[in-house]
Amino acid sequence: MSAKLVRDTATVFSREFAPVPREPVGLLFTMGQPLVFLFLFGPMLSGTGALGDGGASWQWFVPGILVMLCLSGPMSAGYSLLVELIGGSMERMLVTPLSRTAMLVGRTMKEFVILLAQAVLIIALAVPLGFRPNPGGVLAGLALLTVLGVGLGGFSFALAIASRPGGELFFGVTQMAMFPLMLLSGLLLPLDSGPSWLRAAAALNPVSYVVEAERALFAGRFMESPVLYGLLCACAVAAAGLALGIRAMRRGV
Amino acid sequence: MIHARGLTRRFKTKGGGVDAVRDLDLDVEAGQLVAFLGPNGAGKSTCLRMFTSLLPPTSGTARVAGRDVVSDPAGVRAHIGYVGQKSSAGENFRVRDELVTQGRCYGLTRSRARERAEEVLDMLDLRPLAGRKPGTLSGGQRRRLDIAMGLVHRPRLLFLDEPSTGLDPQSRANIWEHILRLREEHGATIFLTTHYLEEADTMAERVVIIDRGRIIADDTAGRLKSDLAGDRVTITVHDEAEAAKAAGIARRIAAPGEVTEDGTTVLLRVPHAASALPGYLRSLEAAGVKVATAETARPTLDDVFLALTGRSLREGDPQDGAA
Repeated sequence: MSAKLVRDTATVFSREFAPVPREPVGLLFTMGQPLVFLFLFGPMLSGTGALGDGGASWQWFVPGILVMLCLSGPMSAGYSLLVELIGGSMERMLVTPLSRTAMLVGRTMKEFVILLAQAVLIIALAVPLGFRPNPGGVLAGLALLTVLGVGLGGFSFALAIASRPGGELFFGVTQMAMFPLMLLSGLLLPLDSGPSWLRAAAALNPVSYVVEAERALFAGRFMESPVLYGLLCACAVAAAGLALGIRAMRRGV
Repeated sequence: MIHARGLTRRFKTKGGGVDAVRDLDLDVEAGQLVAFLGPNGAGKSTCLRMFTSLLPPTSGTARVAGRDVVSDPAGVRAHIGYVGQKSSAGENFRVRDELVTQGRCYGLTRSRARERAEEVLDMLDLRPLAGRKPGTLSGGQRRRLDIAMGLVHRPRLLFLDEPSTGLDPQSRANIWEHILRLREEHGATIFLTTHYLEEADTMAERVVIIDRGRIIADDTAGRLKSDLAGDRVTITVHDEAEAAKAAGIARRIAAPGEVTEDGTTVLLRVPHAASALPGYLRSLEAAGVKVATAETARPTLDDVFLALTGRSLREGDPQDGAA
């Protein structure tokens, strides 16, 4: 990475991040869905006792909510880019010598920081409900989560660029992709209780491997095969998402 | 500052392709203020987007600020300023922050970018608005902010795409004050597009008229008007029979194609209305035609466009799509 790229990335990151500390409540708005599920769905799931007694069900459920956070936050990250593409502010930056790659990487880094802050908040809110994660597992789980988040952010930015000028494509795809990805990842309910065709579909969903890996990590089971599969899936999503996002930014706009 | 040769941009459409800009040659020297004038869809913005490296030409070359737009787009970007048609500031960001970011985008150090932000805030009377978000500004204020952004890095060549469109007359006059002052103080070359004829006429020293992707005229506004359009003489008489007689006499002093009658009004185009009118009135009086009113008018750039294309710039848009 050249010095200019680092500098340009810092420029983009500090621009994108500056409004966040001024309006910290904004952090909560983009995590509305995971919060609703944590407080309104989690206790019900826990109450059924299907996943073991109170504590055990939270160990199972909270890692899934963190992945849901990853799906709702970074996946909609492209929205802010779309708004700037439709308005004139992106064009104004494209006429400057600012690196195209930095425009994407800087934005992704901001999403990374936001995701991390939101994930820590979710964990902190889940502890009083009965969530008891392994401390080392929390760190490893957050690291894995942000790898997935970076990849989904990259996809989201690429999609935003592809859906110019109207933006309908962006909303269409994110709306359509979100729920299947979520339900087919065993994030809310165990996939074991679904029919075989549904389990086969879930086996094709990289998010389901990340969910399993997160559950293992938060429980402190570091050396299990689901952790490896989840890590591979998250890295693959990150590599593909970043590559696609950077390519779109360099070529598309 | 700008040297374009055979510049062409073709866009794919459902029916095949359309040349938004066709085989365009243009030279703009340092220090000029050039207005690029044409109806919507004529190719003004497409041209500007090629000059500013936003859009690669389909064929042809353009050197802008000494660099080739295709082989060295980064070099072009570093040396020009650009104020686009849409608002340049992001909605989530404060005015001062966006100006500092803009300076950083051009490679200024953090402290230098801050200094320049303060300077352009003062230059464009934006200081009281520095802490606000663009959404809370008026149209004129937003446009001043856009121009401020284009100036942060002191470019020697500034492109402005429709800088005054959609503003009330007072804001337009204010924007122009700033543009002209900028030129006086920095000697910058300014290339702007507009579809306000009066602006191009009074402000620019050179007017380039583009229509359907081609340059159809390129000169000072004054010469374009006297060479291509001519003055107008309008008289009214009391009835149509007299109007016909007046038109007949008019054809002796103006080219027959330059005389039109409409009811009791006769309109003719002549090179110099002020010297033609007294003689015309005497001839009419000698023929017994009683003239009710008589007036002369200098031509406008619209008359120039009309003379060149047979269409008025003020009429609706014959072509749609990206301008």
